[in-house]
Formats: sequence, structure tokens, C-alpha cells
Amino acid sequence: MSSSVRSARALKWLGLVPFLAYVGVFFLLPTGVIVYSAFQVGDSGSTSFGTANVASALQGAYLTGLKNSVVLSLVVAIIAAALGIVLAQAIVSGRGQLLQRAVSTSAAVLANFGGLPLAFLFVAAIGNAGVLTKLLQDHLDISLRDDLHLDLYSQAGVQFVYLYFLVPLMVLVITPALEGLRPEWREAAESLGAHGWQYWRYVAGPALLPHFLGSVALLFCTSFSSFATADALTNGTLAITPLQIESAVSGNVLVGQENLGAALALNMIVVVVPLTLLYQYMQNRTSRWLQ
Amino acid sequence: MRIATARNVGICLVAGALVLSMGACTKKSETAASSAATATSAADLGGMDALIAAAKKEGTLNLMALPRDWAGYGELMDNFAAKYGIKVNDDNPGASSADEINAIKSLKGQDRAPDAVDVGTSFAISGAKEGLYAPYKVTGWADIPDSQKASDGTWFADYGGYMSIGCDAAKVQVCPTTIADLLEPQYKGQVALSGDPLKSNSALMAVWTSALANGGSADNIQPGIDFFGKLKAAGNFVPVKATAATVQSGETPIIIDWDYLNAGIAQTTANSGAKWTVAVSTDASIGGYYAQAISKTAPHPAAARLWQEYLYSDEGQNGLLKGFARPVRLPAMQKSGKVDPALAKVLPAASDKPVYPTDDQAAKAKDTMTQTWANTVK
Repeated sequence: MSSSVRSARALKWLGLVPFLAYVGVFFLLPTGVIVYSAFQVGDSGSTSFGTANVASALQGAYLTGLKNSVVLSLVVAIIAAALGIVLAQAIVSGRGQLLQRAVSTSAAVLANFGGLPLAFLFVAAIGNAGVLTKLLQDHLDISLRDDLHLDLYSQAGVQFVYLYFLVPLMVLVITPALEGLRPEWREAAESLGAHGWQYWRYVAGPALLPHFLGSVALLFCTSFSSFATADALTNGTLAITPLQIESAVSGNVLVGQENLGAALALNMIVVVVPLTLLYQYMQNRTSRWLQ
Repeated sequence: MRIATARNVGICLVAGALVLSMGACTKKSETAASSAATATSAADLGGMDALIAAAKKEGTLNLMALPRDWAGYGELMDNFAAKYGIKVNDDNPGASSADEINAIKSLKGQDRAPDAVDVGTSFAISGAKEGLYAPYKVTGWADIPDSQKASDGTWFADYGGYMSIGCDAAKVQVCPTTIADLLEPQYKGQVALSGDPLKSNSALMAVWTSALANGGSADNIQPGIDFFGKLKAAGNFVPVKATAATVQSGETPIIIDWDYLNAGIAQTTANSGAKWTVAVSTDASIGGYYAQAISKTAPHPAAARLWQEYLYSDEGQNGLLKGFARPVRLPAMQKSGKVDPALAKVLPAASDKPVYPTDDQAAKAKDTMTQTWANTVK
């Protein structure tokens, strides 16, 4: 091997260094710190190795919190995925170029609109003294809470608000896959005598399924890690893991619970990592079809 | 001298390039600082004038977690800066007590580390146990009741208040004055807290006050949690984080909070048509204090001490009163006639002797809260 080839190869690896440094500093190091502190017990002055925090993070209120987080995220991920794919298909099969562009642009914006502003937007719209609440009450004599059972300050309410940014996110991630379904496949299927639903059942469905499942995993992770909106809307009355981590590590009430917070974060990592891997795997499978 | 400084700059540049040793650049005015850093009273430094001179030389005071509309702090910081010509940095005004403790630890040795902190008493006690605070006794030390300070001077209460019910008389026909009232059907969708009781001390105290009104005690917060469970089931409890903005929008016409914070809301919402009234609940009330402590590793130790002297001076205590808080020297100042009479009048009356939970009781209450709050109030 000539030295110039060797140095060219070395140069290629050099290009990776910023990325590896980035991953190391912002991913591996924090993860390591979390795992390390999750297994530390005692006051910050004198700590020792122990499993007490990890054990209590899987008990009582914290176990309930983890269950709530998983159920809430699963429910919204599935609903958002279903709504999102229908919406995306409508856009893809529609003719309006302008509409398509407008929808995909606004989806990109809305998918990133969350946190406190979003919570207060909903409070102002459908809170107890919200504009819509008042309008319905005054003109149609309909109470959002009693007649339509829409209580913004409950788990269902939080799920409703989450859909606001999860549906656009689904539109964003599923549109390329829908666009990748080639018209020839449909024509081929039809020329072989397939009906509409048969095309979806035997051709488009199987081709889309990996990407769809991957998207559900992505939506789940997004919802699983969201917390500012839920925090503003439920004030601790909804036990979910991200909120419990916040009260453990940063608050005016609990003292010296940082390691428990790390143990709770470890729970989240354990849930999210397999889903991330699933997403990656599904992405790879899809790319085989949709190139 | 100049050469030495130049060399320090050079060292700092190298250190800066290495990024890792952030603490290296901060050791300035070593000699002046060291005597102030160990002074436990103004007399240790040769009196107030010497303290003022040392603080002016430092020129900066780092504070954090002080919202400008909280207990009159905005004006106090401005007045302190003007009076002594010292620049006041108020870092992260929305931070919590836990954040302040973290900042002392994580910014140790840096120029921007906090010099003095204003924390809940449980964080004052835990921080003292960890050895984070420098002992110091202000000039008015004797006026602070023994139960409101650490005997060694590592922390001392600065102001407090009572749990109260704030209410917008423009939206609510009859404002509630007792905790028991809150369950009435007329208050449907109107009762709120200013935070999550697992994170916000004032919200925790609101739950605890409800416990006292429902057969609980300083040792037993559970009846309060059950009461909020009932409030939520009845649809009266709005679990949105109440702020002046949610008051203005009409979302939270009733808030249980410290009387001085509720009184602050009265001021900020007056222009928007809200008629905010504040009543210390008559069936039960809890009192609570915040505490001051000087960081042991304060980058500006003299300024930190001067800030304490200022806060506990008649002027500083009247300033807290102006922010509707009850300063810790209030009883002593009432005796000596140093209280601004116009200010003392705006505080809501407190009828009964309020309960002051001890730190052990608080630890127990927090434990109960963590386990049962979210499962009961849902």
C-alpha cells in the first residue's frame, strides 16, 4: 500500500472525528453519567454503589408513572399515525401543487410547535374560560366538559394536545414513503384484476408497513419524551416519568433526589433504545423498496 | 503589578484554549477576598465602612433565582446597585432552590458562581449540612428568632408569609375565605395552584394547609391530598399552573398561594380589570420562610456579605415589605417604630397563629406527596 493511499484513508477517518466527538460528548458521556449516578446511593457528600434508586424507580408512584407514560405515548402514537397517514395520502394523491406545498410546510412548522406556548394556546381556546368554550356555552349551550367530555386538564386532554404536533410529524415522515409508491405498481395490480382494497392489502400495504411501524416508533418516542406541555396542563396530577424526573432533579420540594432522577431516566432509556433500533431497522427495510 | 496581570492574562488565554480548566482565570484580588471570605460579621473586617470598601472593590454581586416581582426583589437589587455602585447579576430568575444549590456546586471557582442564595428552609438546612455556606451574622442578628436561623450563622430566614386564598372579585361573586369553602359548587373550574406540589414549595404548602383544615396535622398531609382529590373530582380544581396571565384570561380566578405572592398578583393584574383580593384562610394556615445563605466559594465574598447587611437593614426589610413579604425583623422593627406604616397596612390580616412545619415533618410530608399525590388527584 502506498503512503498516499494510506494518508487518504486516514484523511477519511479524520472527517469522522467531529461526528464521533459529538456523539461522545452529547450522547455517550451523558448516558454514562446517568447510568453511573443511577447506581449511586447516599447523600452527595458520601455516595456508594447500590441499587436502591433503581429499585425504587420501579415501584409505587414511579412504576405508575412509567406505565402512564407508555400507555399515553402508545395511544397518541397510534391515533396520530392513523390520522397522519390518511391526511398524507390525501395530499399526495391530490392535484393541488400549491396545497401540497402549503400543507407540507405547515406540517414542518406545527410538528415543532410544542411546550408552554402550545399549552397556553389550548388553555386560551378550550380551557374553562377559553374562547371556544365560552362561544359554545353562550350560543349553543354546549359545555365542552360536561356534554362533550373534553377536559383539557386530564390525561385525555394532554393526549388531545399532543396530537396537535404529532399528526403533522406523521405527515412529514410518511409523505416520502407514500410518494415512493410507484404508479406502475398500481397499474400492474389493476391490469391483473385487483380491486382498490386488494392493491392496498397485497401491494402498497406490505411496502409501506415497515415505514409505518418505524414512524409509529418515532411518534412514540417524541410523545414519551415531551413534558413541558403536560407540565403546564396538569400541574403534577398526571404521573408521567419525564415530570417525575423534573421534580426529582430540579424543584423547591424534593431534596437530594438527583440519583433517583437518574434511575428514572435510565427507565426511559431502556424503553426508548429498542424503539430507536426498530425505527432504524424499519428504515433500512423500507429503503430497499422505496428508492 | 501590571506585568503580573499581563502574565495572568497569558495564562488565562492558554487555559482558555484548553477549555478544561475554567477555574484558572478567576483568581483575582486574592488578598482582599480572603479576609472577606472568612469574616463572620462586619466587625471582623473592621466595621461596616471596611466591608463597604471591600465590596466596592469587588464591584460585582452574583445572585440568582430572584424574580423581579417576587417579594420586592427587583427594587431591592436596583437600590443596592445604586447605593454602593456594585453591579448586580441576577442569573436565571425563574430557577428553583435545587438549581441554586446545583449552581454553587457546579460553578465553584468560576467568576459567575452565585455569591448568595435565597432558598427554601429545607435547602438551607441540607446545604449547610453539605458545607456549602459560609457562616455570617448580620448586624440585626439578634432580631431574628432562634427558630428562624442556624446558630452558627450558615443560614438565616429573611422573609416569609402565610398561606392565603387569592380571588378575583370581578369574576367570583363571593370570594372564599376558608379552605372548606373551595369545595362549594359555585367554584367549579376556578381553584388553582401556582405550581406542581412535587416541585413548588408554595403549592406543597397549599396542599398542607388543606390538610390542616381537614383533620390533618403537621405530621399528616394525607387529608390535604384527599381534599384535592375531591376538588378535582368535583371539577373545582383546575390543574393549570396559575400565573398573572392565567388570572387575566379568567382561567384561574382563585389561587391558593403565599399571601405575598397573591398580593403581587393584585398589583400586576390591577390594570386588566381584575379585582384581586387576598385572604389568609381562616380555618387553617401555614407559615413559611425563605432563607439567605452566603456561598462558601463566593467569587465576591465582601459583596455577598454587604448584600446580607443591606437585606437585613431597616431599608432592606421595608423593601421586602413593599413586595408584600413579611420580613423576619418585622416584629422587632414594629417595636422600634422603624416600619414604614403605609407598607405594613397592605398585608392581609392573619388571624390565628399559623403552623410552622419542621424540616423532619416536611420530609415526611414530601414522601407522602410523592407516593400518593398523582394517584389521588387525577
